[in-house]
Amino acid sequence: MSVMVDIRSVHKSFGPLEVLKGIDLSVRAGEVTVVLGPSGSGKSTLLRTINHLEKVDRGAVSVDGTLIGYRRVGDRLHELPEREVLKQRTRIGFVFQNFHLFPHLTVVENVVEAPVSALKRPREQAVRDARRLLERVGLADKADAYPKQLSGGQQQRVAIARALALEPKLLLFDEPTSALDPELVGEVLDVIRDLARQGTTMIVVTHEIGFAREVADTVVFMADGRIVEQGPPGQVLDAPREERTRAFLSKVL
Amino acid sequence: MSSDTTLTKAPAAPDDLPVHADELPIVPQRRLGQWTAAAAVLVLLGLSVTSVLRNRAFQWDVVADYFTSDSVLRGLWLTLWLTAVVMVLGFALGTLLAAARLSANPVLRAVSWGYVWLFRSIPILVQLLLWFNIGALYPHLFGVRTVDLFTPIAVAIIGLTLHEAAYAAEVVRGGILSVDRGQVEAAQALGLSRWRRWWRIVLPQAMRAIVPPAGNMLIGTLKGTSIVSVIAVQDLLFSVQLVYHRTYQVIPLLMVATVWYTVVTSVLSVGQYYVEKRYARGTGAAR
Repeated sequence: MSVMVDIRSVHKSFGPLEVLKGIDLSVRAGEVTVVLGPSGSGKSTLLRTINHLEKVDRGAVSVDGTLIGYRRVGDRLHELPEREVLKQRTRIGFVFQNFHLFPHLTVVENVVEAPVSALKRPREQAVRDARRLLERVGLADKADAYPKQLSGGQQQRVAIARALALEPKLLLFDEPTSALDPELVGEVLDVIRDLARQGTTMIVVTHEIGFAREVADTVVFMADGRIVEQGPPGQVLDAPREERTRAFLSKVL
Repeated sequence: MSSDTTLTKAPAAPDDLPVHADELPIVPQRRLGQWTAAAAVLVLLGLSVTSVLRNRAFQWDVVADYFTSDSVLRGLWLTLWLTAVVMVLGFALGTLLAAARLSANPVLRAVSWGYVWLFRSIPILVQLLLWFNIGALYPHLFGVRTVDLFTPIAVAIIGLTLHEAAYAAEVVRGGILSVDRGQVEAAQALGLSRWRRWWRIVLPQAMRAIVPPAGNMLIGTLKGTSIVSVIAVQDLLFSVQLVYHRTYQVIPLLMVATVWYTVVTSVLSVGQYYVEKRYARGTGAAR
């Protein structure tokens, strides 16, 4: 299968703190990659570099063969104007830990916003698509509610529908269930599992080991800004080769 | 009578609670202090009102005569449109200043900060007098005599707007800062343009924090425009002053202005209530 995401020697520092110390990772189209690791290991930062919410200091990221955030001219990477970056982002869905729904817009307006304003879709068509997506995440009856009127799990499902509305080639999830009450985690994971079954390319940063075991094609374990090991879940989760991985798993399992 | 019943002695047997404790009536505490305070305030209020109504020096008949006179209404009209113009221009400039202050450009940030510092430091009265006498610094501007350019009304608009903008900048900046940073990130992740992020996502949410202080400023500006009477702009206050300089009915004419300012302020307060409701969409809890 073709490579969807190619990350090459990505470095990133916040001030004196080096968060990513040279990351190489490639994700094939149609696969689910789950990134695990202790907090502060750089996994969220890595995810955010993929749609250029975080600029990298060195290295490069490409999605579906297109360099993200830069244009290569000879041996140099030229920063793209914001307009171009925004266009690239419309092909990459991003789901945040804290949902970040727009609280002053109804659920359906949240979903319709990007297709209408970024993709210039006609409003009626976008609304029809949005209602279909809301049905898919089980929230057809909440289309006209405001986000605050929904539970955390429902809000996150709306956020997933909002990301899907752009028909992205790639979906990125940044700890999608970490802000949820325990009894609401399942409904969100169900939706993600469903997307996985349909062959959506996804990278999921999470702490849900059971979910990783069940859904992931590849599990990546990160610590201290490096990828410690990666492989199929059976290997990384059940027979980790690295001591760091074993130590982490023994704490969370 | 005495209060040292249980604390000092060995604890008495606990109160025996009846099975149906929900049948025990609850006797509310007497709030004697509250009643006394309310009575005292009402008496004082009544005395003040009767004193105002019965004091002939208020000359309420004169107030009624002038309340809707042409010159007073013309003054009121000037006060109203001057307030509107100053608010609109002040907030337009203030929004630009807030955007500059929050931008990544250090030069813009510094200039915006400097502006707010300067114009908040100069009393509005001093500023008006300075603009009024600007001709002393620059006798000619754009080939025109400066005094012809800086008419009293132009000075009023310029001075009040520059003053207003300094405060509006802080109000707008505060509103924008009140919007969760994640909102902008979510909009960026969805590929929304800078313009769209600003108008559709940030500003409507910032309005919730902007409207209450802006309402305050609007009412403050309405009354603050009365300061332009010192440079002979014929606003509401100046109009009644013109009358009482002629008739010496100082108090009744000041009452005309007082009542008008109160009426307009009340109308604006009602308007603010509805504007606030408009921008509170989506903030309620679960249905």
